[in-house]
Amino acid sequence: METTAFQKIHTKVDQITKATCSLYATGVGNEEMALVNDRLAQVVKIEGDLVTLQIFSGTEGIPTNAEVVFLGHAPQLAVSDELAGRFFNAYGQPIDGGPEVDGKLVEIGGPSVNPVRRKQPSELIATGIAGIDLNNTLVTGQKIPFFADPDQPYNQVMAMVALRAKADKIILGGMGITNDDYLFFKNLFENAGAIDRIISFVNTTENPPVERLLVPDMALSAAEYFAVEKNQNVLVLLTDMTLYADALSIVSNRMDQIPSKDSMPGSLYSDLAKLYEKAVQFPDGGSITIIAVTTLSGGDITHAIPDNTGYITEGQLFLRKETDIGKVIIDPFRSLSRLKQLVIGKKTREDHPQVMNAAIRLYADAANAKTKIENGFDLTDYDKRAMSFAKDYATELLAIDINIEIDTMIDTAWKLFDKYFSHAETGIKAELVEKYGKQIK
Amino acid sequence: MATTGTVVGIISNLVVVKVNGPVSQNEICYINHHAVKLMAEVIRIGSENAYIQVFESTRGLKTGTPVEFTGHMLEAILGPGILSKNFDGLQHDLDKMEGVFLQKGDYTHPLEVDKDWRFKPLAKVGDEVEAGSWLGEVTENWIAHKIMVPFTFEGEFKVKKIVAAGDYKIEDTIAVLEDEESNEHKVSMIQKWPVKVPIKTYKNKPRPAKFLETGIRVIDSFTPIVEGGTGFIPGPFGTGKTVLQHALSKQADADMIIVAACGERANEVVEIFAEFPELDDPRTGRKLMERTTIIANTSNMPVAAREASVYTAMTIAEYYRSMGLKILLLADSTSRWAQALREMSNRMEELPGPDAFPMDLPAIISNFYSRAGFVHLNNGETGSVTFIGTVSPAGGNLKEPVTEATKKAARCFYALSQNRADSKRYPAIDAVESYSKYLEYPEYIDYVSKAISPKWVDNILDARNILVRGREAYEQINILGDDGVPVEYHEIFWKSEVIDFVILQQDAFDKIDASTPINRQQYMLEKVLNINKTLFSFEHFEEVNPYFKKIINVLKQMNYSEFESEQFKKFEKELEEILNEKAVVETEQP
Ligand SMILES: Nc1ncnc2c1ncn2[C@@H]1O[C@H](COP(=O)(O)OP(=O)(O)OP(=O)(O)O)[C@@H](O)[C@H]1O
Ligand SMILES: [Mg+2]
Repeated sequence: METTAFQKIHTKVDQITKATCSLYATGVGNEEMALVNDRLAQVVKIEGDLVTLQIFSGTEGIPTNAEVVFLGHAPQLAVSDELAGRFFNAYGQPIDGGPEVDGKLVEIGGPSVNPVRRKQPSELIATGIAGIDLNNTLVTGQKIPFFADPDQPYNQVMAMVALRAKADKIILGGMGITNDDYLFFKNLFENAGAIDRIISFVNTTENPPVERLLVPDMALSAAEYFAVEKNQNVLVLLTDMTLYADALSIVSNRMDQIPSKDSMPGSLYSDLAKLYEKAVQFPDGGSITIIAVTTLSGGDITHAIPDNTGYITEGQLFLRKETDIGKVIIDPFRSLSRLKQLVIGKKTREDHPQVMNAAIRLYADAANAKTKIENGFDLTDYDKRAMSFAKDYATELLAIDINIEIDTMIDTAWKLFDKYFSHAETGIKAELVEKYGKQIK
Repeated sequence: MATTGTVVGIISNLVVVKVNGPVSQNEICYINHHAVKLMAEVIRIGSENAYIQVFESTRGLKTGTPVEFTGHMLEAILGPGILSKNFDGLQHDLDKMEGVFLQKGDYTHPLEVDKDWRFKPLAKVGDEVEAGSWLGEVTENWIAHKIMVPFTFEGEFKVKKIVAAGDYKIEDTIAVLEDEESNEHKVSMIQKWPVKVPIKTYKNKPRPAKFLETGIRVIDSFTPIVEGGTGFIPGPFGTGKTVLQHALSKQADADMIIVAACGERANEVVEIFAEFPELDDPRTGRKLMERTTIIANTSNMPVAAREASVYTAMTIAEYYRSMGLKILLLADSTSRWAQALREMSNRMEELPGPDAFPMDLPAIISNFYSRAGFVHLNNGETGSVTFIGTVSPAGGNLKEPVTEATKKAARCFYALSQNRADSKRYPAIDAVESYSKYLEYPEYIDYVSKAISPKWVDNILDARNILVRGREAYEQINILGDDGVPVEYHEIFWKSEVIDFVILQQDAFDKIDASTPINRQQYMLEKVLNINKTLFSFEHFEEVNPYFKKIINVLKQMNYSEFESEQFKKFEKELEEILNEKAVVETEQP
C-alpha cells in the first residue's frame, strides 16, 4: 500500500489507547483506511475534527508524533481471475511469494443484494456424507456452520465437504487458525489438484487478532466477483467464526462499549448477519454458499456466539463422538439444514423426507433406552431392537467417513427398518412403504 | 424556512448534526452525501445538535456535509396499490429499485402514480363526514379498497364535491370537503400518516372474541387466537417460529396478511416471493400473493430501518382495518427490533436497563401490541388487526427482557420447546406451557359454542388435562422404571401420546395435513377423546406401546388422507378393528 505525493501527512497524534489513536484532521470519511507509521488503520469515529482510528495490529510503540496518512477509501481488494490459486493475508496482500493481483479495486463489505432479486436456492450439494446428504441436505446459496468442540476434526470435515462439492471456486477465510491448520489446507488443496479453484485469505495465530476482522469481507468480496461477474458457484469456508467474534469483542471492549451477554458487543447479531447474508443464489446462475465453523466451549450452544449464529444461519451441523462405535458422527438431533425441504423429495427420491424422519425418530428411541440402562431399568424388546438399530444406523449412515450416493443412503435406511422394525413402528406413509419398502412387514 | 444543518460527528450510523433552526423529535432529514441523499431520523436533541440515526451505511461520510430537515416524522403513504407489494422497512418499493444490489439512497415510490383506478363514489354532496369516513372505493385485487377522509383531518366536514364514477389516478382530486369555517380541502386517493402514531378513527375497541381459524390444530384447538387478538411465539433458534408464521400467513382466515420480516434471513422472504404467487388462497381461489403485503428489512439491511419496519407494517394494517377488513399482521422477529433499539441506545450512551436494552423497552413493546385489536368503525362496520410476533430469546432462555416484556403485552403465548423440536415433534408448540387468554373470555366461549359446538371448550380442556396426566405418568415411569409402575400408567401415557401425535403434531410440508379446517379438527378431537375414554385390557406393559403405536399410525394415515374420502374411511375402519381388539367397553361413536 503506497502513499501518493499529494496526500497530507499528519504528525500529531492526540490520544492513544490499546487499540486506537485519535488525532485532529479534516476531510476524513467514515470507515476510511489510513496508515499510522505504516500500520494499517481504519476510521471508527469522528467527533468534530477529532478522528479516531483503529489500528489493526495494535498500538504498541506508536508515538505521539507518528506519521498518519489517510488513504481516501474504505478497505479494498483487487479482484480479477488472477485471484485463483493464490494465498493472501487479511489485507488482501499476497503471502505466497507471488506478485500483487492486477484487477478492479472494490471496497469490501459492500452493499446487500435486494431481496426481490434473489432466487430461491434449489441446487443440491452432494457430499457423500449421509449425516449431511440424507439428514441435513445442503443447497447452493445456503449458509451453515459446523458447531464443534475444539478437539473435533471440523477443519478436515469441512475441507472434505468442500472438495466433494463440485464448486467452481472454493474461498477459504482462515481466522486465528494455527499455522499447522493453514499448512493442512494448503497441502490438501494442492494434493487434490484443486489449487487453481482455491483462493485463501488467512490470519493465523501468529498475526494480530484484530486483523482477522477483515478476513470474511475479503473472502466474500472475492466470492462476489466470481459469482456475479462470472456466474460461478462459489463456496466460502470461514473458520473459525468464534475467533472472529472474539476479535469483535476485543475491539468493542477497548472502545468502552457496553457489553451485552458473554461480554460480546450488543451488535453481534447484526455484525455476523451482515457476513452470513452474503450467501445468495443470484438470478443469473452464480451463487455464494457459506460453510463456517463455530467452535463451542464445552458444547455450550447458549453462549452468545453460537446462539447468535444459530439465529442467523440456515441450520447447523453438529459433530459429536459416538462412543458406541468410536467414530465422529453428524449428530442428527441437534443438526439441521433448513433449506433441505427445498430439495428433498423433489430433487431426491420422494420417500427421502419420511425415511429420514423415521430413522431419526427411531434413533431417539434408542437414546431413551440408553437412559433407561443408565437408570438401572430393564429394557423392553422394542428398546433392544431400537438400540441395535442405532448402532447400525450410526455406523452405516451417521459416521463422517461415509461416502455414498443419496439413493443408497435411503435404501440403507429401509434395509435397517426391515431388519429391526414393523411398518407401524416406522410410522411411514402406507403408499411409500408399498412402493419402496416392500420387504418390510 | 426549512431547518438545515451540517454533520459534526459520526459514530457508525449515529450522526451528530449542528442545526440552524427548530427540529423535532423523530423528524426525518436527509444527508446530502455526494449525489445521494441518505435518509435519517432525529432520535435525540441537544442544545445545538441533533442526533440522528441514518437508515443507511455511513461509509465515506464526512463532517461538514449538509443536512436538510423535512418538518415531518416518518410517514407511510396510504392508498390503493399496497396489496401484493414488497416494501423495504421504510415502505420503498423493492421491485422498482435498479440492479441486483441495494444502492444507498435509492428511494422508490411505494405506489403507482400513473395507474388508473376505477373509482366508485360512496358519499354524496352534502354528506357529513369526518376522518376515516368512506368517500368511495376502488377494487384492489379482490378487496373493495375504501378511499377515506384523511386521518389527519380534525373535526366535522361536509362533502362539497365528489367526482363521478370513473378512472382516476391516486393523486387526482376525488373530493372537496368543507370544514366548519367553510375552508375547502381537496382529497385524493392517497394520504400520509406518521407510522409511530396509532390510527384511531374508530368508534370503540371492544374485547375481541371472534374465533380466527388458522388451520393449525394446536392453535385452533388448544390455544386459539381471535380476530383482533395478540399473540407471540418465543423459541430458541431452529424450533419453528418462521415455519409457523409462514403457515399462518398461508392459511389464516383473514382478508389481508402483512408479513414484516424484521431483521431475519433474506432467503425466508424469498420463499414467500417464490411460493405465494403460485399458491391458491382456498377461500377466494385467488393466489395467496393477492392478499399479502411484505415489509422486508432483512438482517443485512440497515439496522435503523428495522425499528421503522414494524411501525410501517402496523400503520398499513390499521389503514386497511379502517376499511372494515380483517388483517393479520405477522412480525419475525420482534427481538431484532429490540436489538436495533439497544444498538442505538448504547451508541448514545444512555443508561442501560437489563441486558443493556433501553430502560423503556417494556413500554415500547406494550404500546406496539396495543395497536392491534377489533374495532367498531364510526359507520357501524367492524375491522380487526390481529398481531402475532416472534421472539428470539438469547440462549433460548425465556427470562430475558424482550420475552418478559412481550408476555405482559400479548394475550396468547405459543412457547416453542427445544425438546419437541429436537425430537421433530412439529409444530414444536408446548401445548401445556402455552396459553390463550381468550379461552377464558365468556364472549369467546359463547361465540365458539354457537359457531363450532357447545362441547368445544370442554373438549379442549379435557384434552389438555389428558396431556398433563400423560406427562405425570411419563415422569413416574422414568423414575420407577417400566415395570415399577402399574400398567395403567403406560396406558395413561400412551393415550396422551395419541393426542400429541394426532392432534398436536402436524406436518407443515404435507399438502393435506398442513391445514385442517375446524370441522375436521372437531371430528378428530372427538375421535381421540373417545379413544381416551375407552378402557383397554392389557396383561403386561410391553403390550401397551406397540398397541398404541398401531392406533397412532392409523390415525396419522387418516390425517394424511382427504377428509371423508374412501381412503380416510378405510383407515377409520381399520382403526375400529384395532380398537375392538383390546377395548373393554363399547365406545360411543361421534
Ligand atoms: N411444522 C414443521 N414441520 C416440519 N418441519 C418443521 C416445522 N417447523 C419447523 N421445522 C423444521 O425446523 C426448521 C427451522 O424452523 P424455523 O426456520 O421456523 O425456525 P425458527 O424458530 O424461525 O428459527 P430462527 O429463530 O433461527 O429463525 C425448518 O427449516 C424445518 O426444517
Ligand atoms: Mg425464524
